[in-house]
Amino acid sequence: MPEHTVMNTKTPLWSKACSSKKQERGAAVDFTYIENVLPLYRRAAVLTVRLGMEGIFLAVITGLFCALVLYEKIPILRQIVTVYIEVSRNTPLLVQLFFIYYGLPKTGLALTPEVCGVAGLAFLGGGYMAEAFRSGLEGVENIQRESAYSLGMSRAQTMRYIVLPQAVSTSIPAFVANVIFLLKETSVFSAISLMDLMFTAKDLIGLYYKTTESLALLVVFYLMILLPVSIAGAVLERKVRYAGFGT
Amino acid sequence: MPDLGLEVLFKGSNFIRLLGGLFTAVKISLVSIAVSIPLGILLGILMTRKNIAVRFFTKLYLEFIRIMPQLVLLFLVFFGTTRSMGWNLPGEGASMIVFVLWGTAEMGDLVRGALVSIPKHQYESSQALGFRRGQIYFYIILPQTLRRLMPLSINLITRMIKTTSLILMIGVVEVLKVGQQMIEANRMTSPNAAFGVFFVIFILYFIICWPFSAAAGKLEKKWS
Repeated sequence: MPEHTVMNTKTPLWSKACSSKKQERGAAVDFTYIENVLPLYRRAAVLTVRLGMEGIFLAVITGLFCALVLYEKIPILRQIVTVYIEVSRNTPLLVQLFFIYYGLPKTGLALTPEVCGVAGLAFLGGGYMAEAFRSGLEGVENIQRESAYSLGMSRAQTMRYIVLPQAVSTSIPAFVANVIFLLKETSVFSAISLMDLMFTAKDLIGLYYKTTESLALLVVFYLMILLPVSIAGAVLERKVRYAGFGT
Repeated sequence: MPDLGLEVLFKGSNFIRLLGGLFTAVKISLVSIAVSIPLGILLGILMTRKNIAVRFFTKLYLEFIRIMPQLVLLFLVFFGTTRSMGWNLPGEGASMIVFVLWGTAEMGDLVRGALVSIPKHQYESSQALGFRRGQIYFYIILPQTLRRLMPLSINLITRMIKTTSLILMIGVVEVLKVGQQMIEANRMTSPNAAFGVFFVIFILYFIICWPFSAAAGKLEKKWS
């Protein structure tokens, strides 16, 4: 009789512990949960890509401008650009964003989180892009410019038709690496309450405690964004290799 | 001149606390880099092997670590593994694991690139002289790759120090967190503290990272 009771009470306890353990270990993947939160992730991915693209676009413009300033050795501007490149490359994006998002409003310059994110990415990326383009420009041999001048081309024409095409093609590998780097850096946006992929995942983990599913989705979505870019970059690098002079 | 909230920094031991937070961040990155340099050299040597399975798995590891944002890796280790393995991992430990994994991958790729650039006859001549495989790497190949590796690994250190700012997001008390605490504590007396404190942190990061990257640039120019 006592044995029986022990058995009776023990079995449900044991099975209960077992099932809760299973749940805790995340052995069973909850597909309905994944289906339910998928739209949230999709929206977050769109935001991540959009802000990333905007930031990269501005970074390319900034970088090109800075690289040209350095290449043409324009006085004063050159010193400013040098300092900017060093500062943007040697500080983390998160610190830059905190300064823009929390610090600047105290001086009266309040920006929305989205503008802050894009501005931060452009500030950081500008320095990296400038370095990429500068090394591309410096890779163009002097004889190319001299030949162009001797053919009667103007300074602007030389830049547009001779130097830039060669410089762009040699800086493509660094450019592609920077694009991927900057897209990855957008994950920091969650710190200034932008609802990007990172923010969504963290939020959902806090709400539903489905850590495994939320993190798996996070990884899958980042792969969906970054893998195509990385593959396209590799293809692009192979395509433009023709333009190197004398190699 | 508007109030920039710099006075918060000079209250009590606030500035020392801020430096302490920075020290936590730098310590994590230096420990991680010290561990990942030897591991990275091993990985780099493995990656030059002809064995297809070895190549496939090292490549898979490298590409996965590289393509994932570091913050995602931090989340995977800090929230993911603790949940699935059922262990208790402090934020600092999680960040060190991530930085070692990441540093090993990056370092491995750098070493691989450097090894590939060493001409084949170096291997063959040392084999002809009767060196064993370990000896070939230790005495002949690795010393030659050092020149190429030095500036690149110094750059990796700067990248690591910069990335340590992310560990705030998994609850490690580092410089940004200390800054936030200071701003919160002095909300009433100096409402503009956010500007001053974050600006100083910005400068502190620059002061730490810039010498490294300047040195790397100099070495690169000198040795190329």
